[in-house]
Amino acid sequence: MNYFVIGYYALLILGSCLAAYFQKRQAFLLLFSLTLASFIMGIVGGEPALWAVTVGAGLLALAGGVAYAFREFLVILLPTESAKAMRTAPLTAGFGLFVIFTYAVAGIFAPIIAPFGEAEIIASSFAPADEVMLLGADQLGRDMFSRIVYGARNTVGLALMATILAFLMGAIAGLLAATKGGKFDQFMGRLADVIMSIPSLIFALLLLSIFGTNIAIIVIIIALIYAPRVFRLARAVAGNVVVMDYIEAARLRGEGMWYLIRKEILPNSTAPLVAEFGLEFCFVFLLVAGLSFLGLGIQPPTADWGSMVRENATLISFGDITPLIPAGAIALLTVAVNFVVDWMLHRSSGLKE
Amino acid sequence: MTDQDKKSLLLKVRDLHIEGYSDEKWVEIVHGVDLTLHRGEVMGLIGESGAGKSTIGLAAMGFTRDGCRISKGSVEFDGMELTTTPETDLRALRGARIAYVAQSAAASFNPAHKLIDQHTEAPVQYRIKKRLESQEDAMELYARLRLPNPKEIGFRYPHQVSGGQLQRAMTAMAMACRPDLIIFDEPTTALDVTTQIEVLAAIRDIVDQFDTAAIYITHDLAVVAQMADVIKVLLRGDEVEEADTKTMLDSPKEDYTKTLWAVRSFKREQKMRPTGNAVPVVSVDNIDAAYGPTKVLEDVSFDIYAGMTVAVVGESGSGKSTTARCITGLLPPTKGKILFNGEELPNDYRNRTKDQLRQAQMIYQMADTALNPKVQISEIIGRPAQFYGGLKHTALKNRVDELLDLIELEPSQYYNRYPPELSGGQKQRIGIARSLAAEPTFIICDEVTSALDQLVAEGILRLLDNLQRELNLAYMFITHDLATVRSIADEVVVMKEGKVVEQGPKKEMFTPPHHPYTDLLLSSVPEMDPDWLTTVLEERGVDNIGEAAQT
Repeated sequence: MNYFVIGYYALLILGSCLAAYFQKRQAFLLLFSLTLASFIMGIVGGEPALWAVTVGAGLLALAGGVAYAFREFLVILLPTESAKAMRTAPLTAGFGLFVIFTYAVAGIFAPIIAPFGEAEIIASSFAPADEVMLLGADQLGRDMFSRIVYGARNTVGLALMATILAFLMGAIAGLLAATKGGKFDQFMGRLADVIMSIPSLIFALLLLSIFGTNIAIIVIIIALIYAPRVFRLARAVAGNVVVMDYIEAARLRGEGMWYLIRKEILPNSTAPLVAEFGLEFCFVFLLVAGLSFLGLGIQPPTADWGSMVRENATLISFGDITPLIPAGAIALLTVAVNFVVDWMLHRSSGLKE
Repeated sequence: MTDQDKKSLLLKVRDLHIEGYSDEKWVEIVHGVDLTLHRGEVMGLIGESGAGKSTIGLAAMGFTRDGCRISKGSVEFDGMELTTTPETDLRALRGARIAYVAQSAAASFNPAHKLIDQHTEAPVQYRIKKRLESQEDAMELYARLRLPNPKEIGFRYPHQVSGGQLQRAMTAMAMACRPDLIIFDEPTTALDVTTQIEVLAAIRDIVDQFDTAAIYITHDLAVVAQMADVIKVLLRGDEVEEADTKTMLDSPKEDYTKTLWAVRSFKREQKMRPTGNAVPVVSVDNIDAAYGPTKVLEDVSFDIYAGMTVAVVGESGSGKSTTARCITGLLPPTKGKILFNGEELPNDYRNRTKDQLRQAQMIYQMADTALNPKVQISEIIGRPAQFYGGLKHTALKNRVDELLDLIELEPSQYYNRYPPELSGGQKQRIGIARSLAAEPTFIICDEVTSALDQLVAEGILRLLDNLQRELNLAYMFITHDLATVRSIADEVVVMKEGKVVEQGPKKEMFTPPHHPYTDLLLSSVPEMDPDWLTTVLEERGVDNIGEAAQT
């Protein structure tokens, strides 16, 4: 029994007693069940297990604190309208926004932040981490940290472009189909069905091996594959708007198709479309990373998280976590975007004025 | 208070304050209302929308909607303090001892289960009756509520019965556990007059028979006069006054109550058709129309002259709105033609010229869905002026200001606002301004007042009347509310099942002899007289009100 263990239990029990005294039911249940679980963990895993719990809780608290601080920061910075929305946002959304913000900074200022160039060989293969190379070197001796930072620019930038393109195509087609109806709607719908019936990764691999792996082609192919999903959503959302009386009034006024879409339908369908944008971005991002991992995405020597996982994959057999770092970067961004999207979906569905 | 009174006391609400959460703070919406209800007594709660009627009704069950809370006061039901009772005990109370009948039965029944299964749910759940007993009881209740085929109707799904029947089935369901108190929240508002009368009679009988206490929430005075023993008038969460029905109707004390009573007083002189060779603005000439294979209009024809209002009345499903859709060209008629100032209009609106479209405008029933919530008022009103008149910049702004003046809204205040920020009446005015912006000669008003409170509706009717005089507009006024017809119409067209049953000048239409259907419609409009329902039922014979609606 050392001081750490004694302090650990004393703190937990004190915490649960306080929670019970102030009638914070949930906090009490959490703390006390943690205390009970710690007894078992302490017996089975010894002191290291308790350390792990402490570190985990500390990290969680840190993430929560960052999320909270960032949310408050945004509340102060934003104009009143959006600040109101921000204040009611859950902490997870604040965390997601913070992560996205960090990635954006990393991507935009990559050449300034990264200590070395993305293709610059500065050490021997798989050199361990030191003060210069924060995360060690990869299989060719390039700085891992610099490549992660550049990867934010390449991988995320590519995914963003593909998503935007998919959105433009899908949303315009969907809105048109909902407004026009009839044969055009049928045709677009069946076309979307055909594209969606082919598994996306296989379809992408097929097209990429036909057309080659140039950046523009990757973007167009991914956009083509994902546009039908956007199309279906846009059509469904616009379908609900098109039946409104104000659309009928505009039609009876003799307004043209373009005016109807731009002024009457689009402003009333943006909320779900924006949320869908975030969700699609995650899928596209994972597909881009997956393609790179398979060697058909962004080509070397450009830094890219997907291919970085593959190139360093051999290290995993030696118990080194280097290949997991780019994988973790992918996972973190996906989770963060999902947090934000969840919040936006909730807002657009439930809490309308 | 005597001992007898104390014994029969059922619900006692004292100093009830309810707060609602909006814009990140709690706003008080009910400011200290007292309410006392004895066994077997029916209390009518009336007031405009936003008066807190439903909120108080629900609070009587110890329930508040999401985002609301009881902040102060007590609700005592049969000696039990509901504000402090735990949720589980409250749940045992609801359905068993206090029941609730919602406004829209169609939305409140689960469409996936048969009526009788939903009926027996509560008694079985509370172990008051066995399923079979409860089913038999349901059939008896259905019979008492004069539903057709009481033995069989319970085994239908909600979509297989009509709206009025559904509302009665819901009342039967509320009676299933023989509760001490039923809360009726506008049970007939969504129904036609002819159906409303059946539901009213059924509710009143069953409440009498079982000596149930009830709170009857409505905004229709004539209805509450039939149902309630005591009437309480509410205004923005405050009690205005309370008195028994007769006193309240004969000698209301407060000014607000008096204005409510006076609402139906607006009347206007009937105008006659122009003589000579005047050409009607719109002339509907023997049109038939169909949705797919279902025929909905048959041989409909009537004329509308400049500066006159033609009211088209009938129950829902009688083809009133379909006729309007034919005139606007949204639903091309299968036979017959629409003449506009003597010229034939193309059947489909897409083939009409811009000028033809401009001449005929429409005002919708639901101002909420008729105005784009994401567009500023200035653009909603300005667009037609810009589109047809080609106005720009200052000319456009002046025109919008002029139109806002015309509908009696202060331009500077409304110019930059969005529809969701406005009240129902204001939205409806914006809808009117939008149609006026096109400088039409003919406007179709589709149930424009039926979603509004009576005071607000009155304002809209007066506005429409003023506009008609100033701009010599022709109106086609679609409504099921005969009080509105009485106040604004010059000519009346009665429709039933897609056919015109009777038409003529208002005076003739409101004096006998009528077509039997017109007669039925007219006699079904509730009047302020508390004995009206009894009298009408006696005249018709209680047992055949159901059939009377069919013939």
